Amino acid sequence: MPEIKVTPLGAGQDVGRSCILVSIGGKNIMLDCGMHMGYNDDRRFPDFSYITQNGRLTDFLDCVIISHFHLDHCGALPYMSEMVGYDGPIYMTHPTKAICPILLEDFRKITVDKKGETNFFTSQMIKDCMKKVIPLNLHQTVQVDDELEIKAYYAGHVLGAAMVHIKVGSESVVYTGDYNMTPDRHLGAAWIDKCRPDILISESTYATTIRDSKRCRERDFLKKVHESIERGGKVLIPVFALGRAQELCILLETFWERMNLKAPIYFSTGLTEKANHYYKLFITWTNQKIRKTFVQRNMFEFKHIKAFDRSYADNPGPMVVFATPGMLHAGQSLQIFKKWAGNEKNMVIMPGYCVQGTIGHKILNGQRKLEMEGRATLDVKLQVEYMSFSAHADAKGIMQLIRMAEPRNMLLVHGEAVKMEFLKGKIEQEFSIDCYMPANGETTTVTTNPSVPVDISLNLLKREMALGGPLPDPKKPRTMHGTLIMKENSLKLVSSEQALKELGLNEHQLRFTCHVQLQDPHSDADTLHRIYTHLKSVLKGYTIQHLPDGTVIVESIVIKVSSSAEDSNTKVLLLSWSYQVKTWTLFLERFVIIYSFKCSEQQQDRELIDIQWGGKKIH
Amino acid sequence: MAAHLKKRVYEEFSKVVQIPHEETPAKKLRLSKPSKSAALHIDLCKATNSTDALQYLLQFARKPVEAESVEGVVRILLEHYYKETDNSVRLKIASLLGLLSKTQGFSPDCIVDDAINTLSNEKSHQVLAQLLDTLLVIGTQLPESPALRLRLVEVAYKHLSDTYFGVRNKCLQLLGCLGMVDAPLGKENEGAGLRDVQSIISDYFGDQDPRVRTAALKAMLQLHERGMKIHQIIYDQACRLLTDDYEQVRSAAVQMVWVLSQLYPESIVPIPSSNEEIRLVDDAFGKISHMVSDGSWMVRVQAAKTLGSMLQVSPHFLEQTLDKKLMSDLRRKRTAHERAKELFASGEFSSGRKWADDAPKEKLDTNTVNLIASGACGAFVHGLEDEMFEVRIAAVEALCQLARSSPSFAEKCLDFLVDMFNDEIEEVRLQSIHVLREISTHITLREDQLDTVLAVLEDSSRDIREALHELLCYTNVSTKECIQLALLELLKNLNKYPTDRNSVWKCLKFLGSRHPTLVLPLVPELLSTHPYFDTPEPDMDDPAYIAVLVLVFNAAKSCPTMPALFSDHTFRHYAYLRDSLSHLVPPLRLPGRKQVYGLDSVDSGPGSGSVESAQLFLQQSLNRVSTIQNLEAPGAQDLLDLTIRDLLRLGELQTELAGAADFCATYLRCQLLLMKALQEKLWNMAVPLCLKQNVTATAAAQQILEETYKLEFLYSGLESRQVATIHHVRLQAKALQLVLTARTRQGLDLLISSCEKFLQDVESFQRLFLTELPHLQDSFVDKLLELMPRLSSCKPVELVKILQTTLRQSGLLQLRLPEQIHRATATIIEPTGESDNPLRFTSGLVVALDIDATLEHVQDPQNTVKVQVLYPDGQSHVIHPKPGDFRKPGPHRHRLITQVYLSHTAWTEPSQIEVRLLLAYSSSSTSLTSPSKLGWSENLESLPPAEAAVEGTIPFSKAVKVFIMPKPARR
Repeated sequence: MPEIKVTPLGAGQDVGRSCILVSIGGKNIMLDCGMHMGYNDDRRFPDFSYITQNGRLTDFLDCVIISHFHLDHCGALPYMSEMVGYDGPIYMTHPTKAICPILLEDFRKITVDKKGETNFFTSQMIKDCMKKVIPLNLHQTVQVDDELEIKAYYAGHVLGAAMVHIKVGSESVVYTGDYNMTPDRHLGAAWIDKCRPDILISESTYATTIRDSKRCRERDFLKKVHESIERGGKVLIPVFALGRAQELCILLETFWERMNLKAPIYFSTGLTEKANHYYKLFITWTNQKIRKTFVQRNMFEFKHIKAFDRSYADNPGPMVVFATPGMLHAGQSLQIFKKWAGNEKNMVIMPGYCVQGTIGHKILNGQRKLEMEGRATLDVKLQVEYMSFSAHADAKGIMQLIRMAEPRNMLLVHGEAVKMEFLKGKIEQEFSIDCYMPANGETTTVTTNPSVPVDISLNLLKREMALGGPLPDPKKPRTMHGTLIMKENSLKLVSSEQALKELGLNEHQLRFTCHVQLQDPHSDADTLHRIYTHLKSVLKGYTIQHLPDGTVIVESIVIKVSSSAEDSNTKVLLLSWSYQVKTWTLFLERFVIIYSFKCSEQQQDRELIDIQWGGKKIH
Repeated sequence: MAAHLKKRVYEEFSKVVQIPHEETPAKKLRLSKPSKSAALHIDLCKATNSTDALQYLLQFARKPVEAESVEGVVRILLEHYYKETDNSVRLKIASLLGLLSKTQGFSPDCIVDDAINTLSNEKSHQVLAQLLDTLLVIGTQLPESPALRLRLVEVAYKHLSDTYFGVRNKCLQLLGCLGMVDAPLGKENEGAGLRDVQSIISDYFGDQDPRVRTAALKAMLQLHERGMKIHQIIYDQACRLLTDDYEQVRSAAVQMVWVLSQLYPESIVPIPSSNEEIRLVDDAFGKISHMVSDGSWMVRVQAAKTLGSMLQVSPHFLEQTLDKKLMSDLRRKRTAHERAKELFASGEFSSGRKWADDAPKEKLDTNTVNLIASGACGAFVHGLEDEMFEVRIAAVEALCQLARSSPSFAEKCLDFLVDMFNDEIEEVRLQSIHVLREISTHITLREDQLDTVLAVLEDSSRDIREALHELLCYTNVSTKECIQLALLELLKNLNKYPTDRNSVWKCLKFLGSRHPTLVLPLVPELLSTHPYFDTPEPDMDDPAYIAVLVLVFNAAKSCPTMPALFSDHTFRHYAYLRDSLSHLVPPLRLPGRKQVYGLDSVDSGPGSGSVESAQLFLQQSLNRVSTIQNLEAPGAQDLLDLTIRDLLRLGELQTELAGAADFCATYLRCQLLLMKALQEKLWNMAVPLCLKQNVTATAAAQQILEETYKLEFLYSGLESRQVATIHHVRLQAKALQLVLTARTRQGLDLLISSCEKFLQDVESFQRLFLTELPHLQDSFVDKLLELMPRLSSCKPVELVKILQTTLRQSGLLQLRLPEQIHRATATIIEPTGESDNPLRFTSGLVVALDIDATLEHVQDPQNTVKVQVLYPDGQSHVIHPKPGDFRKPGPHRHRLITQVYLSHTAWTEPSQIEVRLLLAYSSSSTSLTSPSKLGWSENLESLPPAEAAVEGTIPFSKAVKVFIMPKPARR
């Protein structure tokens, strides 16, 4: 039986370093190639030596597919392609291809320039790597080679995030990457058609969470900002540069527009500006509202949001500032925070999760005095708010996607083991399909039952159609006669005559014969005639011929009568039929037996058993 | 008897004249008839190959065919059809046959046999499908022929087993449109018994082609629409199709399930995989709710819409649609809504400043968490968060419908609707505000909910704000803090958008009158009175202060203890506001003050009675007027004068009857003018002597004409009787004009032409109001029509003489009042015309002036309302506002918010321009003579030439003056 094998190199019962190997129909595909945020050593990247000890990856991988531009999904790409060595095709969507190098470059700068690591990929490597990328469009079927084809679906999450449908022959796998089933202010919801893949590989970050409606969250956020602005306070929103930042920008921008507010909103510059540029370009990847209104005005051309300058932080009056990084551990956001922390009118809104040890985490836990470097302490008087704006599907969303795609098997990655366990149980219970959650390096094997397509000659099909019923019933399988020819990797179903012709063989007729003895005092001819008349009376609607040479032909069955040598009263009935009319004959045979009973009541049992046995053997 | 004889004589006489007139156009038609089919025949014979033939057919299809010649054409087409070998030509012929059988006045039963015959010989599937389509058309054209229907249905049944999906589609369509309830049809194999249409159609629910499945569902729905009762067995099959792979099938299946749930709401269906049973409507509701999270948005819209109309569903299921259990790390979490409610219940308000405020509490049992919501769970939660705004709007509307029928559900869905106020699409926000208003009778807003609602008051869109004001007018709130909050926010709104003044005041008026007891404890604070100290008197012109007063006074109306809290100046302000803003400030019984306003007692008294008495008065005055038999009767003029005065005053007092009173007054004024013009002694004088009097009479005629146009187009609710009366007056005025022309001018040609025109007018009057003529006994027109045969033949001078006598002899036509009659009015809210600061702009460039006006009782304002700008130098511009500038805030009410562009050459000093609204009319578009739809058979040429349409405009708003100052351009 053919199998599909899935091996996570990263993201197996874990979040980060997404990298999943899939072997399907003899093709090897790598899904995502990310790095882990939590490590600074070798564990940072997936273990590519799992694929091949030495030698280039190109020989083992048919293609690499990147789902979106987050570093935990594409961070190891230059390392793999340039340093380990891979020259095959890399697929990603257009926005991902555009934005990914910016993030990689930023990542490289931090690692090499700030932390001083050596033996890391260079800018040139990033460029070389990007040259190998082949862009994908949504719903475009791309033929990687003759058999392997991939198709991208919209996934929400971030700009350009895609789910991929990988198909070899009739086997298929869907990989979701990260996705979001609830639309937000700038992105739509993930969607997939009912493609019924063999395996659906889904992320499960929020496997045990069902979230509240986004409207409540948005409203709370806006209300808090608005109140603070009205008091004349300053609002700091620490964000990571891409993704949620744009979401919050759109949210505030439209709110400012709607409410006719005048207070300035600033965005600390940096890589955001470049990224915003791409957001403006890839309008087709955004949600309905932005797509529909961009002709009048591109929503990403912010009217109220301006670039931030360091000196603005001291300006009097209310303002809102988006600053990086998101956890207040360094950089501009921290600087601004220090400046504003003393005033209780001000506010800081943390839109995401903060790692333990960062200032963000401390203030969220209610710490009011912070120790800064140089023994200085900072009194935190400003208000601290927490707002969750995450763009992953929650448990309900995952279930919804499963219902949309109707997979035969389910495989969970990109989540914590405990949480996966819960979701796994739920999936198995609700959909009664198998669900797997392999750890890193663990291989899941799923056997598939692919249907084998066979060409059928049109003539044969028409002939069969003509035989039975007006229309083929799609719900019921139908049997038909034909000859299967396997020739040079292709299968063909043709009629037997054509098969003979094609193969250059002669037709052999196979005939079965059977002797029935019966006691009948009449002459041979008489007996035959009696059988003939009897048959004629019983089998209406069939052609029964009495030929002059002493045979009766019923359709293609020949009946002859001859007296036995010893006893002229014992007649031997010879039945002869070809292979095709087997069932028919059985009937006739039985009929003859009954006839013989009628003819001679003193028929012995033994003979009867003989005949029946003979009939069975033929059958 | 004599009159009768006279008529006869004239009739005979007239025949001679009219024959040549009528004969010519008829001849023309007859000539063209045979040529059509003949030409087609020749064309088709000429065609050498199929492409040519196709071209001819295409050309032929562009031109209409008369009903009489259809049959001939059909014969030719059929003849050609049998000969034709090319599929595409046959296809075109088949489609033409269908088109032709739609021709009005042509009965297609004669071609049925031929069409069915062709069907049996046809090999091409496409042509077969087209032929079936033609049969469908024929079948629908002949609804009263059961035999034919039966035949067609038989045909459809025979072709159902075709291999081509199109043919099966059409067959199903045919069955759906023509299949009959009681007549079983078709024989399944031999002797398998008769089967009815429904089971035959339902067989195709499982067809391999999704298009056929859709067609089968649609056919079933069609049967339902035609009044056939669908069997309940279909339900299971339809439910199965809800999970079809194709969206159009799912969409149709949703409809089907809905139909069945309405037909058999109470029957019981088992729940699969358990032995419980539920009502069918609940089951269907659950299944359709499921479709709200379908993959295709079309289906989602369909499902969301459908949910709204399933009112029989049990409350238990209904409430599940809003259910969403939250959890975080497997622990139960409360929704923001629940938290808000709890905070409110515990007396503490608006915390939420802590992190992990929403921290999950209890641990959940993993088995109880139901992730895939079975049944109705959270359908609306999904629908309201959908990506496509179409779905969201549909969900909001469905919520509204369900909430209106179930108060408890209304209470529950409140939070969700309030949330929708933050949607990113304005349309959705607006819709949800409207919905909330509609269900507001069921609900009382909590403080936190009100808070969210009020936050929207700062929205920059005027529509949203006004919708919200409207909402607040109807809202019940629970505490005095709510009132305070609302007032505060409204004042903030007023401050930010001063143009909302009227709307805010109106809103506070209702808020006050709805919650008098809640306002009472706030009064000292609101009026800033102090027990010991006198506080400074607030500025009377401050809109905010007026707003507060409006709130307080309206509350005081039903709270007699309140005036005791007022300070002296409040009473003074009351008197002032009662006068200046009487529509906002109600009459109050104030201590130590007399009820001086007699008018008020009318208002406060039993309203219906006073309306009735006013109506009676109106009727009486009209009756009085009708006693005037002759226009020359003495004292008639005085009576008319008096009645007009009475009516005008009545209109002022009784707003309900203002339209009717005005209408009557205007009509009577026309009569009065006519009377005056006719009573002049000028008629006895020689022509040269009476030039002066002539001038007044001409002016009167002109004025009457104008007034009649006003009467006709400014008032809505007129019946054809009144329109006839108006036209009658107009005719009189025209006659007067004609007479005057004859007397003053000598040019004979002019006189002849105007005579002809007048006769045309009379004719068209007769044509238009044929049904009304019996009511016009003894009137001017009646007499005129009696004399008509003579008039049309006599000389102009004679005609004028006849007219003159008829005019003077004819009596006053009594006016019958219709039920409801309303005068179209317009009020320009902005510009107010109070500003002393001129609008300065550089000459040669343009300046945009914002116009905001409300229109009442205007029909089709998009086409009729114009803005006129009158410059001091007499120049006037008429501007047509865009259709999008009109909104419809209520029935019979429109709102025009637009900009007009002004420009002028440089002035030396600022001056005022006038802006007013005009109602454009055109006499050809009389409400009664809406042009009947022309079929194929009628040619435009055969219609009589439309009388020269009189177009004009009626100013129907007060002019507003705007100060502007175009400055010379600087070099």
